[in-house]
Amino acid sequence: MREISAKHIKEAVKKLVMDTEYNLPSDFVKAIEEAKEKEVSEIGKEILGLILKNAETAKTEQVAYCQDTGYPVFFVDIGQDVRITDGYITDAINEGVREATKEGYLRASLAYDPVFERKNTKDNTPALIYYNIVPGDKIKIKFAAKGGGSENQSKQVMLKPADGLEGVKKFVLSSIANAGPNACPPFTVGVGIGGTFDYSTVLAKKALFRHIGERHPDPKIAKLEEELIEEANKLGVGPLGFGGKITVIDVKIEIAPSHIASLPVAVNIQCHAARHKEIEI
Amino acid sequence: MENVKRINTPLTDETIENLKVGDRVLLNGVIYTARDAAHKRMLEEYEKTGKLPFDIKGQVIYYVGPTPPKPGQVIGSAGPTTAYRMDKYTPKLLELGLKGTIGKGWRGKEVKEALKKYKAVYFAAFGGLAALLSKHIVEVEMVAYEDLGTEAIRKLTVKDFPVIVANDIYGGDIFEEGQKKYRELDVLSL
Repeated sequence: MREISAKHIKEAVKKLVMDTEYNLPSDFVKAIEEAKEKEVSEIGKEILGLILKNAETAKTEQVAYCQDTGYPVFFVDIGQDVRITDGYITDAINEGVREATKEGYLRASLAYDPVFERKNTKDNTPALIYYNIVPGDKIKIKFAAKGGGSENQSKQVMLKPADGLEGVKKFVLSSIANAGPNACPPFTVGVGIGGTFDYSTVLAKKALFRHIGERHPDPKIAKLEEELIEEANKLGVGPLGFGGKITVIDVKIEIAPSHIASLPVAVNIQCHAARHKEIEI
Repeated sequence: MENVKRINTPLTDETIENLKVGDRVLLNGVIYTARDAAHKRMLEEYEKTGKLPFDIKGQVIYYVGPTPPKPGQVIGSAGPTTAYRMDKYTPKLLELGLKGTIGKGWRGKEVKEALKKYKAVYFAAFGGLAALLSKHIVEVEMVAYEDLGTEAIRKLTVKDFPVIVANDIYGGDIFEEGQKKYRELDVLSL
């Protein structure tokens, strides 16, 4: 058994959250630089340049890249040979978020109850945490600061098995087109296919953690990802929806077995504030 | 940049008449912040009292919920939020004299019609470029609903705040027009 203290987890989470809010992932920044060279629309090119400038400013000044510092979402893989000491891991993660919000000057963006009073929780807790038990003696923490603008444009559908590959493609592409300027493109798009109703959406969110350009190991799925990237970039949406060739930076698909009656598909739209990072303890 | 217009708030009918979709505008003067929660409360209050928390005539509302300022900053990161969520409230505010809104993304049909009817304009600011946009905000003053935190109504003084006319009084739509030029695949045809 390896012992890891809750305090250590809290400190690591706090650092991870602030780092994610101030510094866009380097693979995404590189992809924007490349996209800027490919974009043919004048305003699109200008916006991609401004995205790079905004990223640089946030990094240099250590301020939030976007004012919507997002819903804190965690995927935590806990090695089964780890024992957490001195506290409860969920409390530690929430405390890390709480301190990062205060000391990092992040926006408090959670409404405690969604439909009645909608009172702000004032510290971005409770975070949404998905736990998974894995082999080994480490803890892997993946963090996404999920902005409301792009989350609002995300979609799920229960297709019929007869809808097949064409149905999946049509749903993904129409979700991207409909998200348009509302969700701050260029997007990275997470797609979850299969599982149950709920699990398809978790897969879509999980897919967003893959590095830019990292294709699915299954060649069939990798090919579908490539086709969707190519076709999404024909939709004309362009940077921030003002028109152009660069609508998506990447499309990433995760799949799971489904019921013989079902073909669930979920599309999680990620805006250009593509704040996803991970650490291992 | 072609066609950059430096204009001052509050906005007059004459200024609005001269604004066309795609115009680059640098806003100067006072604008007010309000997003979901403030809109809801403002209009509920108006229903009851017949009053709004500030004189809205000729004014511009910026849909934004900023991050808190770090020491030395006037305001934290402050980019636009998605405008359509305010569509339910916007026609009434335009009727009461509001002349401009700033946000990101599409507006609904009712808002576009109301812009024509009441002579007002919807400006798009660049979404997500929050660290850059905050530099054009030089003064911040709390106006109302402080308990709403980031969603409170604040009076901002802006200097050369960059926006683009997204919907004008002539029915134009920058997103429709911009995307049409580059659309090789129409999802409706799939």
